[in-house]
Amino acid sequence: MSASTIIFYILAAITLGGAILAVTSPKIFRSAIYLLFSLIGIAGLYFWMSYEFIAAVQVVVYVGGIVVLIIFSIFLTQGSGGDMKDPIKVRSLFAGLACLAGYCLVYYVIQRTPFVASFQQSIGNEVKTIGEQMLSTTEHGYLLPFEVVSMLLLAAMIGCIVIAIKTRTTK
Amino acid sequence: MSDIGLSHFLIVSTMLFFIGVYGFLTRRNMITMLMSIELILNSCNINFIAFNKYLFPEKLDGTFFTLFTIAIAAAEAAVAIAIIINLYRQRKSIDAEDADSMRM
Repeated sequence: MSASTIIFYILAAITLGGAILAVTSPKIFRSAIYLLFSLIGIAGLYFWMSYEFIAAVQVVVYVGGIVVLIIFSIFLTQGSGGDMKDPIKVRSLFAGLACLAGYCLVYYVIQRTPFVASFQQSIGNEVKTIGEQMLSTTEHGYLLPFEVVSMLLLAAMIGCIVIAIKTRTTK
Repeated sequence: MSDIGLSHFLIVSTMLFFIGVYGFLTRRNMITMLMSIELILNSCNINFIAFNKYLFPEKLDGTFFTLFTIAIAAAEAAVAIAIIINLYRQRKSIDAEDADSMRM
């Protein structure tokens, strides 16, 4: 068992353990912090696969952005203390059974499927390659989705401001 | 090269996906449901990157799909939290059961 194998299992354990605690913890603030650990574990998995750019984006956007947003919204709505209402027993039992069944099905399919790799030279994933291909207009370029996503982010920003703004009732 | 293959990553991401589904089905608080959705989206991202690394190393499509998924997830989280805060101002509660003003 090599060192990189052990590191993979440690990262997977951080990810899955954090995820399990995040969906079962009775305190909402702790749940957000466990989600943080899970997302950092996922970023570590990207580093393990030597996709450094994606890992950096994961840390910046998820850990630095979304989790902080969630924590702020927890403070705005609930405060940090106090337990949440317990989940309904019957519902959590059947949800657990359904998830277990779904996991077994997908595991069976993964074990049966022969994954055929294309044995070609790796293109590498430096930031230079990613940037050039993302903004190119050739066959494998991603310029159109890039622009569409920028429009989507603008629309989401305006939508958030419109939805969350305090409406002043003037009489 | 280590002995970790594609199926290891697929199994980890499957576990993460169903943990997220479990949280989404059992939680009653809207913010925690949103956190479960983030877990589900992240499991899909792991799948994209693992397929790109192990099966198609000559392309970058998995990388781009992951980048766009992260961008859309950020937009989705921001809009969802704006809706939740607006709902909290009206109802003083962020439980999913209390958001019933559109019920027939």
